[in-house]
Amino acid sequence: MTLADASYPDDLLYHDQHDWARIEGDVATFGITWYAQDSLGEVVFYDPPEAGETVDKDQSYAEVESVKAVSDVIAPMSGEIVEVNDALADAPERINEDPYGEGWLVKVRLSAPNEVDALLSAAEYRNLLEK
Amino acid sequence: MPVLYEGIREEHSAVRTHVGMFDVSHMGEVEVEGPGALGFLQRVLSNDVAKIGIGGAQYSCLCAEDGGVLDDLFAYRLGIDRYLIVTNSANHAGDLAWLGRWSREFDVAVRDVADRYAMLAVQGPHARAIANRVLGIELPARMHVAHARVGGRPALVCGTGYTGEDGVELLLDPEVATPIWAELLDAGVVPCGLGARDTLRLEACFHLHGQDLTPQRNPIEAGLGWCCAEATGFVGGEAVARARSEGTVEVLAPFRIEGAGIPRQGNPVLAGGEPAGTVTSGSFSPSLEVGIGMAYVRADLAEPGAEVEIDVRGKLRPARIASKPLYTSQRKG
Repeated sequence: MTLADASYPDDLLYHDQHDWARIEGDVATFGITWYAQDSLGEVVFYDPPEAGETVDKDQSYAEVESVKAVSDVIAPMSGEIVEVNDALADAPERINEDPYGEGWLVKVRLSAPNEVDALLSAAEYRNLLEK
Repeated sequence: MPVLYEGIREEHSAVRTHVGMFDVSHMGEVEVEGPGALGFLQRVLSNDVAKIGIGGAQYSCLCAEDGGVLDDLFAYRLGIDRYLIVTNSANHAGDLAWLGRWSREFDVAVRDVADRYAMLAVQGPHARAIANRVLGIELPARMHVAHARVGGRPALVCGTGYTGEDGVELLLDPEVATPIWAELLDAGVVPCGLGARDTLRLEACFHLHGQDLTPQRNPIEAGLGWCCAEATGFVGGEAVARARSEGTVEVLAPFRIEGAGIPRQGNPVLAGGEPAGTVTSGSFSPSLEVGIGMAYVRADLAEPGAEVEIDVRGKLRPARIASKPLYTSQRKG
């Protein structure tokens, strides 16, 4: 089962490689967008990074795989991973079912909070998808 | 044929537990007819074609002189001197040219009849019951073919498939394929795409030409010695006999990942930290819920239980060589 309809919450910021960030103080939660999970299909495997690892903006920090394909997950911002969503190891389908909720991937302590300026609003991201 | 309709896992599961259907009209068909048909097919196909009775079916390799596998295919005997060969679409034109070349020595006509047939594969434990009810025809036994009328037109019904489940493959007049598809859909048959076709065939350890079989590999290293009858004098038979008696450097072997990771085509295989082969097919197995694949590995490693590692994009994933098939249909107990 996947979330049937496209959705891009207004309270999130987006990266053009189909990732989202929810910023709360100096910590941000990352995940992949509805479009990304829909393109990939049913996710059967999530290979998480480890807490303590650093992620760099625009670089891959994890992989999600469907039956047919593997996809890199790109960091929308830089920082140090403080938490990973361990529940996805046994239930990677949550990335499809709830990409902005239970399907979150990592929480990151931001090292360059001003990188936020390069991210897209929900409206800008929707425009990008329509091109 | 799309990669998927609703989802690979759902489609895969439909075939394993109920019934699914695939539009495989892209497959090619070649008709071989004439007094020299048997002699010709013995020359070009690896199996002993003389063993096919009228209404029978048989799997074979089409080999080059050096034993390399040009294609793998089914031959159906439709009459005393009449056979139908079903080719892989990517190889169809090449197969035709190859067959045409060798046919000159025989009193036989080789015709491209790909345009004459649409092909639907109805597969799963309930495939026969539903096909029987919807089509209103008697179905042939496994590995047999029967003439029938489907949608008011002549059709061939074959007890074959590529999923490891029971089922039939229907060779239909293209004009009736769409309404027959719709009737099967109404009867609850789940439409399935290429994605499920690949996971189903890989669990059953059926080869995919272009990946597990290529002109650079002979049938012996591919584990297809069972469909080669060198005594028939087929093209490539001498090379196959040599490979059989001397052994080959590598052998195709199925494997399962032990733990996390999904192997993919092209991943290196290691044993004791040393290069030991290459994955030719890899996927997540929806039935086993683990990464599975087939790989050409050093011949001494091709024993069930042997421990190897698969280099999945830089991460070494422990795996174990398995026996065929990786998944056995529940209906067979």
